Amino acid sequence: MDLSYTDEEKAFREEVRAFLAEKLPKAVSDKVRAGISLGKEGHDDWHATLNEKGWLAFNWPREFGGAEWNAVQRHIFEEECALAYAPRIVPFGLSMLGPVLQKFGSKAQQDYFLPRILNGAHWWCQGYSEPGAGSDLASLKTRAVRDGDHYVVNGQKTWTTLGQYANWIFCLVRTDPEAKQQEGISFLLIDMDTPGIEVRPIVLLDGTPEVNEVFFDNVRVPVENLVGEENKGWTYAKYLLTHERTNIAGVGFSQAGLDAVKRIARIESAGGRPLIENPHFAARLARIEIDLMGMATTNMRIISQAAAGQAPGVESSMLKVKGTTIRQEINDLTRRAVGPYAMPFASEMIEGDNDPVGPDYAAPVAVQYFNNRKLSIFGGSNEIQRGIIAKMKMGG
Amino acid sequence: MDFNLTEERRMLQETLRRYLTDRYTTEVRNGIISSEAGLSAEIWAELAELGVIGALFAESDGGFGGAGFDIATVFGELGRAGVVEPFLDTAVLGGGLVAALGDDGQKALLGDVIAGGLHLALAHGEPASRYDLSRVETSVRGDGDDVVLSGRKAVVINAEAAGYLIVSARESGGFFDLDGISLFLVPAGSKGVTLRGYPMLAGGRAAELVLDEVRLPGTARLGEAGKGFAPLMDAVAAANVALAAETVGAMESAVELTRAYLMTRKQFGRPIGTFQALQHRFADLLIELEQARSAVINAAGHLEAPDRDRQIAAARNLIARAGRLVAEEAIQMHGGIAMTQEYELAHIAKRIVMAEHRFGDADYHLERFIALSAA
Repeated sequence: MDLSYTDEEKAFREEVRAFLAEKLPKAVSDKVRAGISLGKEGHDDWHATLNEKGWLAFNWPREFGGAEWNAVQRHIFEEECALAYAPRIVPFGLSMLGPVLQKFGSKAQQDYFLPRILNGAHWWCQGYSEPGAGSDLASLKTRAVRDGDHYVVNGQKTWTTLGQYANWIFCLVRTDPEAKQQEGISFLLIDMDTPGIEVRPIVLLDGTPEVNEVFFDNVRVPVENLVGEENKGWTYAKYLLTHERTNIAGVGFSQAGLDAVKRIARIESAGGRPLIENPHFAARLARIEIDLMGMATTNMRIISQAAAGQAPGVESSMLKVKGTTIRQEINDLTRRAVGPYAMPFASEMIEGDNDPVGPDYAAPVAVQYFNNRKLSIFGGSNEIQRGIIAKMKMGG
Repeated sequence: MDFNLTEERRMLQETLRRYLTDRYTTEVRNGIISSEAGLSAEIWAELAELGVIGALFAESDGGFGGAGFDIATVFGELGRAGVVEPFLDTAVLGGGLVAALGDDGQKALLGDVIAGGLHLALAHGEPASRYDLSRVETSVRGDGDDVVLSGRKAVVINAEAAGYLIVSARESGGFFDLDGISLFLVPAGSKGVTLRGYPMLAGGRAAELVLDEVRLPGTARLGEAGKGFAPLMDAVAAANVALAAETVGAMESAVELTRAYLMTRKQFGRPIGTFQALQHRFADLLIELEQARSAVINAAGHLEAPDRDRQIAAARNLIARAGRLVAEEAIQMHGGIAMTQEYELAHIAKRIVMAEHRFGDADYHLERFIALSAA
């Protein structure tokens, strides 16, 4: 056993730190820290900065313009980015669709789409969930019927994150309604400018515009936009989900969140003393920190196995459950830390330009607490993950 | 022992439930939340007419209730419907203090309050006071027959609608002393009072208050000089009963919505409520809800008792814990739908969780309970 990073890995961490120090504008990290929306432009700018360095597609092979980092390098990068409050890389093109096209896409699809993901010409969104197909994704009903050189798509997708910015959507559609559920699904790439597509925002409980419904009414999609083979989409979808689950533990986010709540608790006072000295608050904080230390090592164990070429199995489901639980606990503690100043809500604050009510760190915390209830719901709910864990360990 | 509501309270409960079910729909309520005033004057007037405010005052003050179980009955129903109108602020806190401390002239305001024509707000908390009720830095000094107030007040709920603000100020002593706190009735628009209003996440509006040399006649004083802390504690005790009951009412709605959803939402070819993993978690919510109902009964039943503060600390700690569980589990068992603004549960969950930020969270009440138990 050796719990330390190699000299090479340490040097890589320094390189990442130096890059972030030089290239991440303070105005941007301030927004990320305060939970303020970056807008499409903010994300595009950060992607361009990373792309220039060759770090945007860090999980892609070199032949497609990626950095081809191993699991440890990815972890170091993601951790440093979280601690520096860098914007998240928008995952839909880079960590979801990209790997699917590289493995299953045609040469023409790779040549056309991959460079446009890198240069920001295409903003992708994910057309998976439907009103009747959430946890039970394979029950999806959006239909695609072949008509000459086109598929005609009808149906509805939902929970489409940042779909309001997207100009392309990758969709799971049903091409064979007679086949068994998983066997009649295909994977289609659809230009959002095609007539018949309507995007409607869903307003969430914190008031933020983040997810959308996408409606398809006789949308004609050229057959060359089918990925792989017809009716084999479920295989590609599952492959995509394994990539979606990289960085699933979110250790860096939790570490940054924990640092933030400690900072707040040193400023806030309760009964005339700093909140951080309050024994009940300190105990809550300590319990979360202890859990996070454990999970960080579990995460590293799995990353080491992955770097050695072992595919993670049940462990990624475990990390999803534990990682999201810890992040939600941190959100809960942060909400507690600010006391009565958790109550004000000014949506202008989320957008940026108003003076916050009370201390500036208090403004986003209740919104973040409610918004992050999604962590245990999306990307395969924690109930689905527990089912996977039990099934893999007990069979059946 | 008799755990039944009296006939009058039962009737009030039924009337309120019927009215709010018909009138206070998700759509109506969401409209109120996004309105500039943050409350509906029409619904306020209609509820006043139904006796909602009168039920919160004793007969000697012009009402027909005012006991712990009256408060619990009214606020339980307001909580079920996720009502955002400031009955707690105008009636329980503001009205409660005027009723307890007012001279005849001041008490004359209560008729208007009970009829629904006058709003009040308690301006007590300050930017640094958190949940400490004795921490008052706002100062008052006498100047001839006048008093002059200076300081800041934080998250003053209903300040913009209030015809009078009840402002606490320190007459003597250090920041945390129980003695030396005085209360004043400050008319809206008084010179030197600046309000910065804003909406709150769970509905309703509040304001940050700056008092810059606010000069008032000595007759603005509410109660005895320097003796404001005990009556404040009484009003906050009643408010805690109201908050506890309101939260449990909201928990009832959250659990009922979850039950209905588990029975109708189908995934994997069957209602998700047929999965045992969810059944057990739903059963836990029901168990905690019964605990929370009993906590309200304990608090309401001891509002006039010597053991009041310990009972209230216990109730609010238990309900904070159970409430968080219910809100989070109800959202989780629903999935994404529960996070959308147009679905009733989203607002209900916000009411439950954000109630913990008024007059003390779970840890604050745990500490109070420990201290009061040791005493």
